[in-house]
Amino acid sequence: MLRYLIPLGIFALLVVFLARGLYLDPHQVPSPLIGKPAPDFVLPQVQDATQQIARKDLLGKVTLLNVWASWCVACRQEHPLLVELARTGAVNIYGLNYKDKREDALRWLDQLGNPYLVSAFDETGKVGIDYGVYGVPETYVIDRQGIIRYKLIGPLTEENLRDKILPLVKELQG
Amino acid sequence: MIPEIGHFALIIALCIALAQSIFPLIGAARGIAPWIALARPAAQGQFVFMTIALLCLFYAFAVNDFSVLYVASNSNSALPIQYRLAALWGAHEGSLLLWAFILSLWTLAVTIFSRSLPDEFVARVLGVMGLVSIGFLLFMLFSSNPFERLIPAALEGRDLNPLLQDAGLIVHPPMLYMGYVGFSVAFSFAIAALLGGHLDSAWARWSRPWTTVAWSFQTLGITLGSWWAYYELGWGGWWFWDPVENASFMPWVMGTALIHSLSVTEKRGGFKSWTVLLAIFTFSLSLLGTFVVRSGVLSSVHAFATDPKRGLFILIFLAIVIGGSLALYAWRAPRVGMGGSFKLLSREAMLLGNNVLFTVAAATILLGTLYPLLLDALGLGKISVGPPYFDTVFVPLMVPVVFLMGIGPIARWKQTSLPELMVRLRWALGASVITALILPVVLGKWSFMVSLGLFMAAWIVFSGFHNLWSKVMRNGLNGMKAAFASLPRAFYGMFFAHLGVAVFIVGVTISGGFSTEKELRMDPGDKVELSGYTFRFDGATQVQGPNYQAMEGSVRVFAGDKELTVLHPQKRVYLVQRNPMTEAGIDAGLFRHLYVALGQPVSGGAWSLRLYYKPFVQWIWLGPLVMIFGGILAASDRRYRLAARRAKLAASGATPGVGVPGLAAELPQQR
Amino acid sequence: MKRTITLALLLILPLCGWAAKETKDVDLKSNNPAIEARLHVLAKELRCLVCQNQTLADSEAELAIDLRNEIRALLEKGLTDEQVVDYLVQRYGDFVRFRPPVNEMTFLLWFGPLLLVVLGSGLLIFYLKRLPSRANNAPLSDAEHKRLDKLLSEAKED
Repeated sequence: MLRYLIPLGIFALLVVFLARGLYLDPHQVPSPLIGKPAPDFVLPQVQDATQQIARKDLLGKVTLLNVWASWCVACRQEHPLLVELARTGAVNIYGLNYKDKREDALRWLDQLGNPYLVSAFDETGKVGIDYGVYGVPETYVIDRQGIIRYKLIGPLTEENLRDKILPLVKELQG
Repeated sequence: MIPEIGHFALIIALCIALAQSIFPLIGAARGIAPWIALARPAAQGQFVFMTIALLCLFYAFAVNDFSVLYVASNSNSALPIQYRLAALWGAHEGSLLLWAFILSLWTLAVTIFSRSLPDEFVARVLGVMGLVSIGFLLFMLFSSNPFERLIPAALEGRDLNPLLQDAGLIVHPPMLYMGYVGFSVAFSFAIAALLGGHLDSAWARWSRPWTTVAWSFQTLGITLGSWWAYYELGWGGWWFWDPVENASFMPWVMGTALIHSLSVTEKRGGFKSWTVLLAIFTFSLSLLGTFVVRSGVLSSVHAFATDPKRGLFILIFLAIVIGGSLALYAWRAPRVGMGGSFKLLSREAMLLGNNVLFTVAAATILLGTLYPLLLDALGLGKISVGPPYFDTVFVPLMVPVVFLMGIGPIARWKQTSLPELMVRLRWALGASVITALILPVVLGKWSFMVSLGLFMAAWIVFSGFHNLWSKVMRNGLNGMKAAFASLPRAFYGMFFAHLGVAVFIVGVTISGGFSTEKELRMDPGDKVELSGYTFRFDGATQVQGPNYQAMEGSVRVFAGDKELTVLHPQKRVYLVQRNPMTEAGIDAGLFRHLYVALGQPVSGGAWSLRLYYKPFVQWIWLGPLVMIFGGILAASDRRYRLAARRAKLAASGATPGVGVPGLAAELPQQR
Repeated sequence: MKRTITLALLLILPLCGWAAKETKDVDLKSNNPAIEARLHVLAKELRCLVCQNQTLADSEAELAIDLRNEIRALLEKGLTDEQVVDYLVQRYGDFVRFRPPVNEMTFLLWFGPLLLVVLGSGLLIFYLKRLPSRANNAPLSDAEHKRLDKLLSEAKED
């Protein structure tokens, strides 16, 4: 007798999952690097090709590693927020210039402002692959010991800065 | 003005749909004759206004009315007229209108072809279909209005997605929707039967032709979609287990189970409550498909622009319709029971076995499609479930199905004996094994999967022909012609439908096992050899299309010294949405396709090209066409006899009923 | 937030399904057909992260080209197929595999179909065995025979 209710029961369960699914994004790829050490790299700097920047330079302080490129439209959207953030000095911001041309990148920074302490020049995108970059812009929050704590996919916004990133940075800064 | 008329027509259609549902359903429950009688005219009225709405939107596209937001978003004045019209169903709002229109079309068909059914029953069927219409009309009017205005009007439209600017768009969605929506008829019959408490075998007999026709359309729609993807997307594949493809395949699988189950309920009175459940499942999967495509819940290349608010609406609609049906089922079905009595080894049992396997197959596809969502919703991370998974789990499920396809039609109703079956089929089995072992070697190389596929196809063919032969030879060679004529169409329907499956399996097996491809850079004048054919690349030139510019390559194909054909793969850039698009060059032969696609231009006039040799790939789509032929034969069986008998009766002046053997069984029974 | 991501992705996604813009990135080809063959097989089972409804083998997105070149380099270095997949999973997660891993979380996925078949067949056989085998095949009694004859002859008269 009760067995006739089984289809209805299974369907109800399905509806619950589908409803939950409406508020998830199937396209977003979560990072497996959260809680793991940021991958090592040694790259030339964007602004000074003779100088290098490496992972070890990020240690000892909480860092925002922002992946950007001059050809990326959404990066333009978030850039003012980064410039403003850099001005407040709340956190150290480093850039990973992904698959760009040096002249274009420099011109871009000239025009729109440079919030980065240093930008690493990842011409081939190899370091990007190591970090699991698949769509620019992306931003990583890295703690003092060099562990990745959070990855934002997509541009920074007032909301995600206010609700996720800045509180986490504060917490990591102790 | 015209768009407002269309909008208004939708509102009127909604009002009529309300009348079509509320009055007949209550009327049938309370026995109020005038309310019951309202069903047919209301349904016909709804059709009239849905047609008006559709024509209004067609008109807006035809005259490039860019003050209509939907037209401005999906069309362009440089777009050729056939695509301007087909663009109506190119995106969310318009395709909803198409869905609702086709529903009104099927509803109209039910009003016409149901004269011999009891009015009370028809009222319930139309009432349920009306309820579904109401859902779609509400959805359109409140959140997805195709007639919404754009003020100020755009000067030019955003153009139709270039991938859709193809003959495939003209046929694939309408045929597929005819299938999706067609299953609502079987669903409504099932609900009407549950509501009325009459779950006799008459219900199954009435349902069957409707279900078979809907199934045939679904088969056609899926086949067209696969064929379109093959030549349009440029990577030579024909099925990707993409969520939206799965959304169309699941109703088909369940619909196949339903057709087989209906045959038992019709002939033997068995499986009654199970068949009702299958009818509910099949249409539920259609609705689920609608949800999946439009809600953004799953990632798909087919998905329409997504919006969680719309998704929520559809989900609530789904919950009401499917939840309500399953609740009704839980309430009423126990009274009905399964009925019938048959042995563990009998045709009924084998058909039930078919049902189990097909239901598990549909459930498996659903599981694979929704599993990433499941894990994500539980916070367990994100995985992908793609072709490797589906190929791995689906094929083993189909092997026993194919085995049953051979022995089921030969097994007797109620009780059959296994030794008898094996004796009758030993020749077919032997021939199949030999074919499976030898043919792959003949074709080039032996592999287990190819052998298995060919065994399955051979088994279907040999056992099918054996069945036909034994039936036709019952009265010896002299009686053969008469025997052929006396076999019911439904038998031929089954024969061809099963044969179509075999053709399909041959196509999949041989093209899967023996295709070759080469990807390489070619300079103009370069030649390359592939599977005995020589391809010479003669460079690419610029050509102009009606609304695109293209680089068109010229590839001459030779077999030995003889020139076979020239292929013209293109790289198109459409004038409005300036993204490059590939158009493959295909030489489509019955026994092999030669397929060429341009990759990227490399310096000095050279290009990277992809060349494919695909043997028997055409059979992948021919098989379903044979299946559809079988479906049409089967669906045209009963009705023909009933109408012809009636005509004979009318001519002879006899009173129907007692005197005419067999006719009593054709008339609907009250029980 | 979600809308911005969708917007950003919508800017990239139109490139999917057909060729990407003329890119400076070129699919390098090694001279080793064995490596190319292995690459092809591997890439067919991996998901492109940009054009997420294509395999890594078919996609012409820049990242797909980069990843194919990366896999080629790894294969040339001597990594096994498994190691290559692990390399990518380390960076992009299980999402990148079209063939889901077999672990506790995917147990239901991989064994569900088999369990369902066993359950379904089991229920079927159980149900069939329990069907009432009424004496439907019992021979007719004399009285029933007479009734049958009467009915048949009535039918013939008309």
